[in-house]
Order: sequence, then C-alpha cells, then structure tokens
Amino acid sequence: MAPPARATVAAQAVPAQAQVARAVAEAAVEAYPRIVAALIRITGDWTLAEDCAQEALAQALARWPDDGVPDSPGGWLMTVARNRMLDVVRRATVERRKLRELAVLALTAATGTGDDRREEVVDDRLRLIFTCCHPALALQARVALTLRTICAVPTADIARVFLVSESTMTRRLTRAKTRIAEAGIPYRVPDGRALTERLPGVLAVLYLLFTQGYNPDGEPAFADEAIRLARLLAELMPEQPEVSALLALFLLQHSRRAARRDADGRLVPLDRQDRSRWDHAAIDEGVRLLAGSRQPGPYGWQARIAACHATAASAEETDWRRIADCYDQLLRLAPAPVTALNRAVAHSYAYGPAAGLTLLAEARAGGRLDDYPLAVAVEADLVARSGHRERAATLFRTAASRTPGAAERRALLDRADELQEGPLC
Amino acid sequence: MKYMMFVCSDPEPDPDTANYPDVEKWVAENDAAGRRLDGSVLGPTSSATTVRVRNGELLVSDGPFAETKEVIVGFDLLECADLDEAIEVARTHPMAWAGRIELRPLADLEP
Repeated sequence: MAPPARATVAAQAVPAQAQVARAVAEAAVEAYPRIVAALIRITGDWTLAEDCAQEALAQALARWPDDGVPDSPGGWLMTVARNRMLDVVRRATVERRKLRELAVLALTAATGTGDDRREEVVDDRLRLIFTCCHPALALQARVALTLRTICAVPTADIARVFLVSESTMTRRLTRAKTRIAEAGIPYRVPDGRALTERLPGVLAVLYLLFTQGYNPDGEPAFADEAIRLARLLAELMPEQPEVSALLALFLLQHSRRAARRDADGRLVPLDRQDRSRWDHAAIDEGVRLLAGSRQPGPYGWQARIAACHATAASAEETDWRRIADCYDQLLRLAPAPVTALNRAVAHSYAYGPAAGLTLLAEARAGGRLDDYPLAVAVEADLVARSGHRERAATLFRTAASRTPGAAERRALLDRADELQEGPLC
Repeated sequence: MKYMMFVCSDPEPDPDTANYPDVEKWVAENDAAGRRLDGSVLGPTSSATTVRVRNGELLVSDGPFAETKEVIVGFDLLECADLDEAIEVARTHPMAWAGRIELRPLADLEP
C-alpha cells in the first residue's frame, strides 16, 4: 500500500479533518500492529504498548491538519509512540537494556525500511498473533485480544459482539493480559512440532472472527479484519499452505457479500443470487491462491468447495460432483457433524435427493445434529425436492421455529409459504 | 520461571495405554536437564490430615477424602523458560495420558 502523499497547500485550505482522519486510519492499518508488537517485545507491557500506540494516533489527528501528513506516516507514528513509551519507562526507572532497545527502535523507524529492519518487525507481528492466540487463553479471550491488540478494534465494539457490557469486556481483556504475564505465556513464534500444533489454533481464531463478521446478524467489519489478518499471516508464513487456503476461503465467501440480501434486507440463497454482483476480483485472487498448493488440509478443501461455487457461471452449471468429492475429503480429514450435513447436501445435488437423504440419516445418527436447526431445514429441502410439498412446508416451519437469527428464520418461512402457494421453482 | 506441576488422576484417561511414556525416563531426563527441582508421589487421600485454626483453637480432622477421581496424586517442581517449555515437559509425563497435569507458576512476590 502506497503511503498517503503529503497534503498539498490547496488541500489544507479546505478544513481537512475528514481527509486527515482517513490518512490516520490508513496509516494505522499498517502501522498499529507493528508498533504494538515492537513495544510489547521490548517492555512486555501490553497495556502500556496499546496506550502509547493510541496516543500516537491521537497526536496524528491533532497535528496532521496543521503540519500536513508526513512522508512516512508509519514511521512518524512509531517515533511518537516510542517517545511516549520512553517517557513512561524513564519515569519508572526500568532496565537500561530496554531504554537502549527503544532508542534503536526509534532510529530504525526514522531511517525507513531497511531489509534487516523489516525482517525484525515482521517477526514481531507474528509473535503478537501467536501470543494472542495461545491455547492457554480461553477462546473468547483469544478473539477479543486479537481484535483489540492487533486490529485496534474499540473495546465497546468487541463487547457488543460478545453480548457483554464494555466494562465487562475491559475486565476480560485486562485479565487476559495479566494471565499472559502470570502464567508465563511466551512472546514467541513456536517452531517445529509446536508450530504444526499451534497454527491450527491461530487459524481457528481468524475463522471465528470471520464468521462473526459474516453471520447474517454479525458485525460486518470483523470479516474485513479477518481478511486483513489472514493476508498478513499469509505474507508472513508463505510456506504454510493452510494459511493461504484460509485467506482464499475468506475471499471466496466474502465475494458474495453484496448479493446476499435483496432490497428488503432478506437473505438470498446462493442459487438465486445475482452473480454479476459478486466481487470477481476477490474470486480471482482466491482461485489463484489455491492454484499452487497440493495435498490440501481442511481449509484447502473448504476453499476448493467455495471456489466451485464462485466460479460457476450459473447455479445450474455448478460442478456438484466435484463439490461432493471435496466434502468426502474434508470429512475424512476433519470429521464434524456439520461437515457431514453439508456433504449430504452436496451429494443430493450431484446424485439426487435420495442420495442426500441417505447421507443425512448417516450424519444425524446418534443424535449428533439434534441441536442444529439447519439439519431440519436441509431435510425440508430434500423432502421438497423429492416432491412431498406439504411435509416439506411443515419441516421448514419447524426449522424456522428453532432458528435464533431473524433473517434466517424469515428465509425459512418464505420457503414454507412458497411451497404451499405456487409451483416448485 | 518456576512451575508447580500438580499430577492429578482423571476419570477419562487416554485408552491407548501402550503409548504412555515411561516415568523413570521422564524423571531422569528432566533431572539431568535441570528442569525438575523436586517432586514426589503423594500418599493416598485416606492418609490426609486437615489442620485449621479458628478463634485461636486448633482443629484437626481426617481427610479431605476425594469424592471424585480427580485428585492430586503427586507433584513436581519445574524450572522452565516459559509456559511453552513447561507444557512440553508436562506432555511427556505419563500422567498427562493416564490422568491430567495442572501447571501453576509460583507467584512472583518480588516488589
């Protein structure tokens, strides 16, 4: 991303608050996690690192309207944040070594992007991600800490998604940071076997973040944050195919965001979406990311399934046999009741509703999907396609009554009404 | 950092008992590496004694007797760089498979 150009005199003549706010926001995307990560590495103090980075953003908002946007906004922010920390640290009279490191940090920030420096800073952000996603933290704490520390999402926004008050979320974040120090959770990227074991946990946090944003009733900005983080991680760990597969999966699913609702805000099922409104640049990028990799992992297979949908010219031209194959592979690698359910759907389109109903019964065996209203919706759909419209309508209403999300519930009731009113689509 | 490793029993052990690591080897390796400072198996809960002082009066009773199968059966005091190293040490102890292990850092009371 090119740094924003220095504001011209003409631009400054106009009250430039909005322009500056945008320049600060753009610089923050790149610079904020770098600053926080570097300051945490040196001082080990998470809250202080965040405060100093926030302080730098506040100063940029105050000073850039008059001084102009600097040539290197990121370097400017790093210097201000580091000076702020230096003040605090001096007053607290901590070790000499930390002071020296901070001095060096300011120097490299000021002299721009030498290769050595980039390597060290990149490493810092990766360290930060792995520490935020450490399995010794509760899953929710991992997601919240990632959002707060790496993405700089305001605590109030995180609290809203987790349905708690801001003060509760502040306490939880503080507790998580205290726990990192007390339990001795290292600020380090694991290697060897530990990396193989820990990476899926990191990717799971990103995936949860994405679904929080992508859910019909979720917080849309979180999907963008998840994509940004996956992009960063893919850039930092190019040797890990599951990381780029996860980025591809996000891009392919997110490509449909503009077509998922109609003018009245109702959810539009995949087969009825206007494909011209899909984001084809995102689809191309997703497909490109998958092209090189062999021996896909679970995210690789999920991304391949998403790619089959995204690249079909119409719903009728979807390669359902290929999708059914992908689900077979995915279920083998990562057995889960929901995957088994989706596999039944895929096979129903590839080989007919009877094949789907057989696999649905298999997926439900032992009551594994009893708490999952979508299983009833899938059964309703398969029964409708087998020609039993009355029974299908009843099943759709049952599914709706068990679905918590308002938008999804409405879509199910619409299906029931259609079955009882008009001809089959 | 120093970690107290509480070795506990658990009602749901790993069923594949053939895979359990050898405890003698674990002790020898971690003693040699300087990671294990002390440790022992504990006597049964039936040998436990509880001591309290209330209103200045000494109260001694037997037990507590475990009502569940999740009890501390031993301990090891570890010296590790951080939690990741302590987790690596704990995972190779047979009781991580046959029971479970709780890692607690010793509180840092330095000002």
